[in-house]
Amino acid sequence: MLVYALVAGVLFGLYFSLVGIGLNLVFGVMRIVNLAHGDFLMLGAFVAIGVVTLIGIDPLFAAPLAFVIFLIVGLLLYWILVPRLQGSANPEMLSIILFFGLSQVLEAVTTIFLGTSERSIPSRALGTVFSTVKVKLFGGSPDSGGGPIEILGQGFPASWVIAAITSLVAIGLVYVYLYQTRLGTLTRAVMSRRDEAFATGIDVDRVSAAAFGIGLGLAAVAGIFAPFMFGSVTPAFGADATVTSFAIVVLGSLGNPLGTALGGVIYGICYMVVQTYLSSWADLLPYVLLIFILLLRPSGLLGRRVRVA
Amino acid sequence: MPSALKHTLFIALPVLVIFAALPGVYQNHLLLFNFVIFLILAQGVNIIYGFTGYLPFGYVGFFGAGAYGFAVLVMHLHAPAIPAVLAAGLVGVVLGLLLTPLLRLSGAYFAIANLAASLAVLHLIANPALEQITRGPYGVSLSATFNPTYAYAAALVVLALTLGSVVFLKNSRSGLALQAVREDAVSASMAGVNVVRMRVIAWLASALVAGLAGGVYAWYVSVFYPDNVFSGEFSIFAIVFALFGGVASITGPIVGVVILYGIYNLIGFTTPQYFQLIYGLLIIGLVLFLPAGLVSLATRRGWHVP
Repeated sequence: MLVYALVAGVLFGLYFSLVGIGLNLVFGVMRIVNLAHGDFLMLGAFVAIGVVTLIGIDPLFAAPLAFVIFLIVGLLLYWILVPRLQGSANPEMLSIILFFGLSQVLEAVTTIFLGTSERSIPSRALGTVFSTVKVKLFGGSPDSGGGPIEILGQGFPASWVIAAITSLVAIGLVYVYLYQTRLGTLTRAVMSRRDEAFATGIDVDRVSAAAFGIGLGLAAVAGIFAPFMFGSVTPAFGADATVTSFAIVVLGSLGNPLGTALGGVIYGICYMVVQTYLSSWADLLPYVLLIFILLLRPSGLLGRRVRVA
Repeated sequence: MPSALKHTLFIALPVLVIFAALPGVYQNHLLLFNFVIFLILAQGVNIIYGFTGYLPFGYVGFFGAGAYGFAVLVMHLHAPAIPAVLAAGLVGVVLGLLLTPLLRLSGAYFAIANLAASLAVLHLIANPALEQITRGPYGVSLSATFNPTYAYAAALVVLALTLGSVVFLKNSRSGLALQAVREDAVSASMAGVNVVRMRVIAWLASALVAGLAGGVYAWYVSVFYPDNVFSGEFSIFAIVFALFGGVASITGPIVGVVILYGIYNLIGFTTPQYFQLIYGLLIIGLVLFLPAGLVSLATRRGWHVP
């Protein structure tokens, strides 16, 4: 039972890291709280549902598609919203309200077009590409996909494992972007000191726009797996997802995208252990954890600077 | 005439008189009651956000805790309604005291922690393990105290108290000190303002107001579930109404509630998703083009708006 909870916690935790990392990138670079983060997750989930129901292919293919779509959406939104916001008196506070408005618009538009009913994807749809390849190369029966995968003697749904692996890949790519590319180096410069980066001639707007687009893209990719990890999604799913993302991000440390990976895994393990042993208290966990972390170590587990009034 | 008296006579009193008279001519009393509740909550947000700059994103936590404070007293101690409402205010203040450490956080950190705190209180109360005390997720039914007429009157009393404290803040040295702290805490403390004490007082005052409002709400509706009284809409609506009108003023939140909640009731009930769309666009437009609220249209022209 404990082994099951721990492994499931790590799998969920890796996925949760992916859920939070986009939010953290946006906050780290722009000091803007994207309260619509969960709604982009929700839209990503609907992209996956659309791909499965309309084209009938593995939703894994929706991941790059969703990333590109929301990268472009993010760049456009950035140029519409952010420069005006940054010019106001208190951008950090007003961004909370602005993006709350955006989240309302997204939820309303999705509801108008798709209704409020719960939607899900049969979990066998995810990873069909692997079973097809396996059948082509090694023979065997085609219906083995979607079955449980054994780790340490316990069976876990294949969709959890695929989501965790995809998350690892995505986090790895974020790392490569931040530490191996020129734009990534500039991004880190803006994260550590915005005004000094501006003074040295870095095009802060371009860097921020890229970070915003990537942040939304990552949220959408995380959303692809939401129907498998949470069972089903509705247009109202976004608000809960935002709060969970915050718990994860703050746990890791706000403003340090790679800390989110650690925060996600810790969150996932705590969540699964509490759910196994004290299930009625599991809902309380993220919030209590969030408050204690903020009060005891506001900079998060890997943070550098403490931000207290 | 001193300006505090002027504000009381020409802003607070007319609002109270209008809402005291309206039930006689307008049939939808629940709607009027909700208007009063949102006037209280928007002014409560005004006290903490307008005067100190802390954005209480989980403001509903005090409201819901107040409602459940009222419910627990009525269910288990068979208390009459008025002491139970006072106890609801006390519950709000106690929760506020418990959460005072949050004031150490700044900016977005405070807003997020406050949101988390309100959700933690919700999940604590809605926990099936506490069914003996709070009835958990199954909701409470308080038929013993049911009396909408008195509850409406009590709501007006709470509104009077709230408007009174905003008028006081607007016209007193303490209010000025709070605004100084909001603009620049270090300079304010150099000028002799006790920053921590001022912030805590404003925080507890807005918690008290929301707790009382929650108690009155529980009295009025008498049947409710945790999700009703802890609905994030209360926090969000109160914040947006206050901001739309303009915070750190007396009239701003009143104007915001009357206009936005009015629109909500015109189109919100039949097609909630269209209201949500308009509402979201309105918020975006507000932040981008009018971040200081409707009153800033007048103050920009040099008119004085109380």
